[in-house]
Amino acid sequence: MNIFIVGGEKLAYFLSRTFVSKGHRVTVVNRDRRKCERLARQLSATVVWGDGSDVRTLEEAEAEAADAVLAVTPNDQDNLVICQLASSRFRVPHVLALVNDPDHEEVFRRLDIKATLSVTALIATLIEQRAGFDEVVNLLPAGEGKLNIAEIVLKEDSPVAGRTLREAALPEDCLVAGITRRGEPIIPRGPTVLEPGDHLVLVTLPASYGPALRALVGEEE
Amino acid sequence: MEARASLFTVVVGCGRLGSYLANKLSLEGHSLVVVDIEETAFDALSAEYSGFRVEGDATELAVLKRAKMDKADLVIAATGDDNVNLMTAQIAGRIFQVPRVLARIYDPGRSEIYRELGIDGICPTVIAGDVFLSAYAESVPRTAGEDQS
Repeated sequence: MNIFIVGGEKLAYFLSRTFVSKGHRVTVVNRDRRKCERLARQLSATVVWGDGSDVRTLEEAEAEAADAVLAVTPNDQDNLVICQLASSRFRVPHVLALVNDPDHEEVFRRLDIKATLSVTALIATLIEQRAGFDEVVNLLPAGEGKLNIAEIVLKEDSPVAGRTLREAALPEDCLVAGITRRGEPIIPRGPTVLEPGDHLVLVTLPASYGPALRALVGEEE
Repeated sequence: MEARASLFTVVVGCGRLGSYLANKLSLEGHSLVVVDIEETAFDALSAEYSGFRVEGDATELAVLKRAKMDKADLVIAATGDDNVNLMTAQIAGRIFQVPRVLARIYDPGRSEIYRELGIDGICPTVIAGDVFLSAYAESVPRTAGEDQS
């Protein structure tokens, strides 16, 4: 893939490094000349100095050849315009915008930018729902925040350890979609016995997340 | 024509252009809200200005709701940042369904993006530049200008 990363210094650097190591072509666009010089020295990516929300910069960077454009500047308005230009003018098939104001996910969607990532919403969810449960090793909102996907490790004292999934008495609107046990993946069914150390992939509605978690790990201290 | 009807206008950005527009519209009897991220920007409003002031980031929905943008007849995005103008103008037109939206184009090189996104943009720099050029053309004696090619 030919991936464009517009704005952001550290984030652009680590994203580029990740993409390049996976064999993708990366172009980094930044309007700060010194950041561009640093990025050009550190990365084996094309670095273009200029304002990524300006048609002229995107033309110079040959954005029409991009498969994906990620707008990761610290300003939501810049990320919006970058994505709109990339999508409407340069026909880039995939655009993703970082948003700070969580309300902007909806705003961007109504302005035709469907793929957004709200760091604020993500961190808030992580902190709120993870607090007090060190068994939860991973959590992400999916389906525009209407579904939660969590990864949970069962401890020795888990109320469901040694019981089958059917006996575990999980609440409605909750599904154990997968288990990894000593590195081996399992798609569980009702008779699958849960063991301490199991990593459970749990899919729930946001409202049933708390009850499901309590059923699996026990009451919070 | 309802030329005398009072318009409810939201002006975003209280810099030189925004405050000029707000002061004039207010004198003409229209109701107004001016939004700016800097409280001190409101110092540019005249003593006769009778509208409201809302301090906050105009790309934030909560701020625009406080400014009653959903009720506006006219929104003018007049900040010195093209992307703020582009975003605010689109929120006004497409989310709040404001019937008339105008935006200031700050950098003349960006007028194309405004067109691309379907926004009525006005570029003061280009207008002022053209006025200068025509004033110059008028001041130059005709004969001097004609033979040179």
